[in-house]
Amino acid sequence: MNAPVKFETTLKDWETDQEVRWCPGCGDYAILKAVQRTLPQLGADPANTMFVSGIGCSSRFPYYMETYGFHTIHGRAPAFATGIKLANPDLDVWLVTGDGDGLSIGGNHMMHVLRRNVNMQIMLFNNEIYGLTKGQYSPTSREGTPSPSTPVGSVDRPANPAAFAIGAGARFVGRGFDVSKNLPDVLKAAHAHQGAAFIEIFQNCIVYNKDVFNDFAAPKGAGDNQLWLEHGKPMLFGDPKAGFDKGIALDRDTLQLKVVEAAEDNWEEAGVLVHDAKNRVLAHMLIEMPFGPFPMALGVIYDDPAPTFEAAVAGERAKATKGKVANLGKLLGSGQTWTVDASEGHPTD
Amino acid sequence: MATKAAENTNAPETAPDAVVVRFAGDSGDGMQLTGGQFTMSTALAGNDLATFPDFPAEIRAPQGTLFGVSAFQINFGSRSINTAGDAPDVLVAMNPAALKVNLAALKPGGLVIIDTGEFTKRNLDKAKYDVSPLDDDSLAKYDVLAFDISELTIEAVKPFGLGNKDALRSKNMWTLGLALWMFDRERGPVEDWLKSKFKSKPEIADANIAALNAGHAYGETAELSGPLKQLSVPPVPAEPGLYRTITGAEAVSLGLVAGAQLAELPMFFGGYPITPASAILHHLVRLKEYDVTTFQAEDEIAAICAAIGASYAGSLGITSSSGPGIALKGEAMGLAIMTELPLVIVNSQRGGPSTGLPTKTEQSDLYQAVYGRNGDAPMPVVSCRSPGDAFEAAIEACRIAVEYMTPVMLLTDGYIANAAEPWAVPDPDTFTPFPAKFLEKKNGPDDTLLPYKRDEKGARPWIKPGTPDLMHRIGGIEKQVDTGHIDYAPENHQAMTDARVAKVAGVKVPDQELSAGKAGGKLAVVGWGSTYGPIHQAVNRSIAKGMDVSHIHVRHICPMPANLGELLKGYDKVLVPEMNTGQFKTILRDAFLVDAQPLTKTSGQPFTIAELEAAIEGALS
Repeated sequence: MNAPVKFETTLKDWETDQEVRWCPGCGDYAILKAVQRTLPQLGADPANTMFVSGIGCSSRFPYYMETYGFHTIHGRAPAFATGIKLANPDLDVWLVTGDGDGLSIGGNHMMHVLRRNVNMQIMLFNNEIYGLTKGQYSPTSREGTPSPSTPVGSVDRPANPAAFAIGAGARFVGRGFDVSKNLPDVLKAAHAHQGAAFIEIFQNCIVYNKDVFNDFAAPKGAGDNQLWLEHGKPMLFGDPKAGFDKGIALDRDTLQLKVVEAAEDNWEEAGVLVHDAKNRVLAHMLIEMPFGPFPMALGVIYDDPAPTFEAAVAGERAKATKGKVANLGKLLGSGQTWTVDASEGHPTD
Repeated sequence: MATKAAENTNAPETAPDAVVVRFAGDSGDGMQLTGGQFTMSTALAGNDLATFPDFPAEIRAPQGTLFGVSAFQINFGSRSINTAGDAPDVLVAMNPAALKVNLAALKPGGLVIIDTGEFTKRNLDKAKYDVSPLDDDSLAKYDVLAFDISELTIEAVKPFGLGNKDALRSKNMWTLGLALWMFDRERGPVEDWLKSKFKSKPEIADANIAALNAGHAYGETAELSGPLKQLSVPPVPAEPGLYRTITGAEAVSLGLVAGAQLAELPMFFGGYPITPASAILHHLVRLKEYDVTTFQAEDEIAAICAAIGASYAGSLGITSSSGPGIALKGEAMGLAIMTELPLVIVNSQRGGPSTGLPTKTEQSDLYQAVYGRNGDAPMPVVSCRSPGDAFEAAIEACRIAVEYMTPVMLLTDGYIANAAEPWAVPDPDTFTPFPAKFLEKKNGPDDTLLPYKRDEKGARPWIKPGTPDLMHRIGGIEKQVDTGHIDYAPENHQAMTDARVAKVAGVKVPDQELSAGKAGGKLAVVGWGSTYGPIHQAVNRSIAKGMDVSHIHVRHICPMPANLGELLKGYDKVLVPEMNTGQFKTILRDAFLVDAQPLTKTSGQPFTIAELEAAIEGALS
């Protein structure tokens, strides 16, 4: 639940006195700043905010946030966060995980926190590599990724985090990348969403997987390579300075998306789709667009709230306890009982 | 154990004023229900009792097979009962397989009641009988009462228009009716139970009641002579008060609820289905008005992690499982130790390793409880010895967890979980509360917060997220003394390791008392957990025979009572019976350098009194 009272804070209020220990140039710094910049804008209360993480580079995040924080064990952060939210649904919980933590060792918990729809923001930092353990390939590494455990290149097919999330039943799926100026907007939308909000954040590991997202994240060619989605707006891309020149349309024969020539004044005739964040089928197609022929879909891809797990649990509790009063003495003496009178019973010593 | 006084008495308990009955049938025959209802009637008649449900791991094992046999044994009498009894006096065998599996246990001269309607060629083959035992002399040692219970049941329920298959389902109630007659028990409570169980199907309730009455009438009208005669077992003298029957799983659940209430905390229970631990989740889920939140997690790991998360958020986190699930929870237990959060982990032990024997009992997770984590990870371990005792042990586990900010392991087992005994209902007003305290303002010098500043017990403060100005971070990386910041420095790790060890070693536990016998002497029989009943009976019988033997039963495995070492050194010999290969024996040797000798059993069955008496005699000869 978001705090109803708006707190006045500045970015400084969200910084701890701990030295940040990521590698110089790591994308995590940019994400940390984006979060610290976003929280004052949300009017969040540091005492009511909690960051929960697993294990990995990304999971050091809580130590740098002047909030409550729990750096847990590898892959299990969603389970801890679920317990925290059930014990105190009013806490504003942010979960920080990575591609290894969240999709390899913790893939099971990620699936369940999403399908249960526990109200929290889940930031999955995807750098397509195991950083903290010195560079092994991860479940999101592209085929052929050379690494200490795959010297001639990985052979596994990679997992797609956003596709996993939507498949698991997530009601909010967003995407951004570490240095993007739009990241705070995605975070804000995730925070406004009541329920589990999954945000895949592409993050540059400059030591073990440097610039692996440059094909779409680099400033040069960004207009052609990034499709920033906005609910109710046409899916136009291309260099915005020169006016968008392309759009995403539906090929009705093959039921697949296609790129069409389009501009801001003729997109309707060109058949460009208008983004509907409540359309799950469309969201899945956007997530699965193969990069290269298509741009990378970013922003709020899917946002269709459903009742949260905490609310369902509270509702069930209200139903189950209706008309019942706690009385320990009565509880202990329940079931089929009998009484031994002083006349029949006699102490044996 | 109906009374405390009876438990502590050193009087001999050899009088033949108790009866052991075993109901055995196919796992689809409803033997556990029959046994449960017979138990209730017996408790209402004022007998002390103990039960032993013994059922297959398969939900519906193929009908009529040897591995599909389900049995329920009850020992009841007019004296204090500590065990489910060694050899049955009466065996009810509903089919050939049940007879084959259980006959060897029956006392020579015991009564066996057989449903001849099930002794068909097909069923005899399934039970691997070449010749029907009814036709040769294999039952010569016993009193045999063989008649067609199946046919009699079909006759009895005929007016209700059920098909044969449905009619035969009432066979267990016919048998129960006969058993109730044999021991002069009231049928009323069973009728009430049937009416409530089949509320929506009154015709089924009526058919079952008719079968029950027919079985009872069969005994009463004495259509047969021979061994069947009514036995009356008089009530056991007991301290006045309110009694009920309780299983270990119920007692653990109620103890946890009481513990959370005494700590003035909401309870969060994270569980995952596993035999025989699931019953605790099933009980707690119905107690939400006691500020209990239950969560069936996606796996064992998530169950404990959610409980730890809830503890961080200010609830009393509890998780429960059995050996394989406990193994999965190991890493998270380490985190609870590192972050010094209260947590209770209940282990309903079963036979292992791996999947082992899911429905059979064992005490083989003791090393796992005491040592089973990475790093130096000390954790208090409390065990319970009987269904009723599980209530107090659960409260004790909650108390230690909250007062010392530590995870605590509560050990029970499959036998305690399923067995029932009469329980003197305690008065909650006599319990001592141990309310949890949360830090409300900064506790360090110069307006600083020290999340790892320890109190006189070595416990750190509990700080509830949401409290203004007390934001702090915890985690599994080594913590700096007092501040709780990350700190890998050698001297810091030494200091924190020492502090964690000292805290657990310093947990206050009551001094060890004797269960029977005297301090010092020739032989101490030292037990823990569910071996209490048979050890207690065996020691008392041996004392009655004039032997110099004492019974010491240890509840607190870690830390152990301060006087235990000295106490053990007062005996010439120490014998440690355990349902494992000698784990507590090793722990005692390590802690006290005493020559503890093992007596081990890993058959999935509890010790019998006779086995222990023989071992005591052997040790003293």
